[in-house]
Amino acid sequence: MMRFWRKHQTHVRISERTFDLLCLTTAFVLAVHADHLPIWLTGSLFVALGLRWWQRRYRPGRVPAWLKVPMLVFLVSAVVLEYGNLFGREPGSALAAGLLVLKLTESEAPRDARVAAAFACFLLMAALLFGQSMVATAVVALGLLPALTTWRSLEPTQTSPSLPRQLVPAFGLLAASLPLALTAFVLVPRLSTPLWGTSNEQTAKTGLSDHMSPSDFTELLTDDSAAMRVSFDGPPPDQGQRYFRAFVMWDYDGKDWKRIDRPPTTTIPVEAGATINYRISLEPTHQHVLPTLDVPLRAPADSQTRADGEVFADKPVDEVREYELSSAVRYRFEANLDITTRIHALQLPTGFDPRTHALAAQWRQLYGRDNAAIVRAALNMFHNEGFSYTLLPAPLGRDAIDDFLFNTREGFCEHYASAFTVLMRAAGVPARVVTGFQGGFWNKLGEYLLVRNADAHAWSEVWLEGRGWVRVDPTAAVRPQRISMGAASAAAGQLPWYKSGTLQSLRNQWDIVNRWWNQSVVGFDALRQRGLLTPFGVRDVDTGMLVKLLVISVAVFGAAGLFWALWRRPEGDPALAAMRSLERKLAHAGVARRRSEGPQHFLRRACRALPGQRAELDHLMRCYIELRYATLEPTHESLRTFRQAVRNFQPRRVV
Amino acid sequence: MSLLTQWQRLQQWAEQRLPALTRHRRQEELPIELHRRRIYIVPTGFGVAFTLLLLVMMVGSLNYSNNAGLMLTCLLGAATSISMLVAFRTLNGLRIRGVRAGHAMAGQPIDVTFDFEARRLRQAVRLDIADATQSFDVNGRTDVTISMSTEQRGWLAIPRLRIWTTWPMGLFRAWSWVNPHYAVLVWPRPEIAGPGPTLPLEDHRRQRLHLGEDLASLRDYRSGDSMRHVAWKASARHENLLVKDYEQPEARQEWRLDWRHMRGLDNEARIARLARWSGEALAQGRQWSLWLPSEVIGIGGGPSHYARCMSALALLP
Repeated sequence: MMRFWRKHQTHVRISERTFDLLCLTTAFVLAVHADHLPIWLTGSLFVALGLRWWQRRYRPGRVPAWLKVPMLVFLVSAVVLEYGNLFGREPGSALAAGLLVLKLTESEAPRDARVAAAFACFLLMAALLFGQSMVATAVVALGLLPALTTWRSLEPTQTSPSLPRQLVPAFGLLAASLPLALTAFVLVPRLSTPLWGTSNEQTAKTGLSDHMSPSDFTELLTDDSAAMRVSFDGPPPDQGQRYFRAFVMWDYDGKDWKRIDRPPTTTIPVEAGATINYRISLEPTHQHVLPTLDVPLRAPADSQTRADGEVFADKPVDEVREYELSSAVRYRFEANLDITTRIHALQLPTGFDPRTHALAAQWRQLYGRDNAAIVRAALNMFHNEGFSYTLLPAPLGRDAIDDFLFNTREGFCEHYASAFTVLMRAAGVPARVVTGFQGGFWNKLGEYLLVRNADAHAWSEVWLEGRGWVRVDPTAAVRPQRISMGAASAAAGQLPWYKSGTLQSLRNQWDIVNRWWNQSVVGFDALRQRGLLTPFGVRDVDTGMLVKLLVISVAVFGAAGLFWALWRRPEGDPALAAMRSLERKLAHAGVARRRSEGPQHFLRRACRALPGQRAELDHLMRCYIELRYATLEPTHESLRTFRQAVRNFQPRRVV
Repeated sequence: MSLLTQWQRLQQWAEQRLPALTRHRRQEELPIELHRRRIYIVPTGFGVAFTLLLLVMMVGSLNYSNNAGLMLTCLLGAATSISMLVAFRTLNGLRIRGVRAGHAMAGQPIDVTFDFEARRLRQAVRLDIADATQSFDVNGRTDVTISMSTEQRGWLAIPRLRIWTTWPMGLFRAWSWVNPHYAVLVWPRPEIAGPGPTLPLEDHRRQRLHLGEDLASLRDYRSGDSMRHVAWKASARHENLLVKDYEQPEARQEWRLDWRHMRGLDNEARIARLARWSGEALAQGRQWSLWLPSEVIGIGGGPSHYARCMSALALLP
């Protein structure tokens, strides 16, 4: 008994195949983390991995310590230099990925390989903290295959299939565990409040920000990831009406636009002519802002509105967030403008853009008190005087608006909205900049509107007497396609090939899968879980009930598994079993086999007793004799013939 | 008194319910089939560590409400539990049909061959016996040979052995104790050096009529005869091919080995000497007979005769 726990693995080296699998697993880990690691770190880790693989295969031997220690020092200092510390999500995963590669330099014993593969599993999961899209999850699941196969290859079996074939059993194992895994996934009670702080140190990588400076949008307009998905009660609004408001910018300092923080209000001063109800599922932005269609009527749950129509959630949106609300599509927005707001909406920095001011003054003189005419004049200018739409405009000088209006005359939504608003303010028309999203792709199959980050847009609102705030989109005057067909087609020719044409439309169709994934997997939270049994009439499933359900289903799966493990094919001679069955049938018909009777004698007797079935019985007899005595090992086919014949044989009683 | 009977009853019950626990006491007849009553399974150290890692991953993904991570953790957990069943299935239904042993002298390792049978393929099964470990796959019928060290002549009972596996992923260890009722015979160790047997007197009067190399006669060619033995010159004068027939070399003088002739030696020394003489006789191609207090073995030669003599020597009290 004392030998029982002794170490069975003595100093054996792991096989080349095991090491290959381990390297493959590590490559998967590096690949899934490549998205957020600095490119030079990923590159050097891949190179180190490749070198180690080459070294072990062609120059076998241990990696000396004088090489390992500097590598460790290099790794730690690189992480500290890049991130400033070692702890936290990003530096932690960078360090761990590096440590995994270093672990491979000393992995020679089976135990090392086991530990390294387990660590790799952990790191694969950790990659999901950076994004849990369906593709990412699938890639991570794929990465589990070489990890499981590494363990498998450590077992002393004599079969040695090729590498791809060796991965198949692990795939089978994962496939077999899918039912149990899914059941557990649905039933494991979710935490309604986290056990420890989930810090949100990450900054918004892309997405709208609460100020608008010239360089912001260029990155955004080429970002193809989904921003939100909108489904409407009833038909969707026209392409030209799909303006989603996020931020309203008031302050201009000659270069940037900023929003001002106004106190939250419960009501938005809007008189609605027509409303539309819709539901938005917003991708994580790590910001508070909730984009809404046009002018929202009231705030959704757990959020607040501002008087200018902005909506802010109480907590930053760190996971997919769904909210339902209704908006006005025809409306009078803030028909009475109070004096402080009016002053705010006319403010411009002094000492900037003299030519713009001169032009505005000229228009004011020309049109008198007709603000609408001034708006038209500005739009006409954009439309007729050689302005063009480009994602790569020439840089602007100190008097940015002057430069844009009179010199470069090229830019995108942001330039147009900014220039238009400044023009209006200079002419004495209250105006502000609104940023958000415009357009989107209507997915017919899923009946929802997919809005991408590339659909980010900026436009203006001017306040007109009697009509309130009116949306004016100066970009539409320059490039109507931007509004009717989206940013990508407006900037045709300026985007890489993979973001254009058919591929883009395929990606749009594919998005329905992402939406399904987001709704059913990523968004399956504590709330959703409580409503799990609603179809069965249970309104609210509490934790105790979930645990009970979990235990029951695990027990059911366990019983099924045990049955599978314990079930054994009935042993014995199949030919004899068939013969016994034939004997039973004949005994029923009155011909019982005697104890000392051989098969041939017995069946001859049966022939005499049942003369009507002589041919059949004769055939059976010959089959059995051949099966038993003709060959040493009966062929599969003859066995099948005999069994078939026995099954078909129905004795008819002689009367 | 009543306490004692209760204890005995408990023991009986335990032996009935859990035969594997008492396997090292009771020997069982071959063939032995492993079944659920006697297969035990526990996680390995690595399995325990990996389960802890899975728990950490689960709590982490729950805390960060990372559903994708949770799903994959569940997937790994389910795969782990299925691997436990796979480990059990690797042993369940495995049969030891029989055991065969080779011959070995005391002090030399003896090869013991186990005849395994399984209907399905069983991979990475391992067999521990004494200090030796052997790993093998069983598919249909498989012979597994393992060396056991020996110390003294006579019957050597096969110690209880463990059949175990950590297939498929090293997370669980399934094992079963087997204690087959089988013993192997270990031959006595011959002495290293000593005098030769006293030869019978008539030795020097050996007839040296036939030397092995001498040509005795010519005969007709029969299929299978070597071409080198064809007498080409003689054949040219006859219709048929003629083959030179060589006289077999006459066996050397036989030895009559007798227990009674070795006075002044203790039993073990006599056995060791007789074993050496038998070995020498075999090597020289002699015929010999052996007189032992328990048995008289008539004159004979060749490996089977040698085996009979050695077995008789091994079994002497």
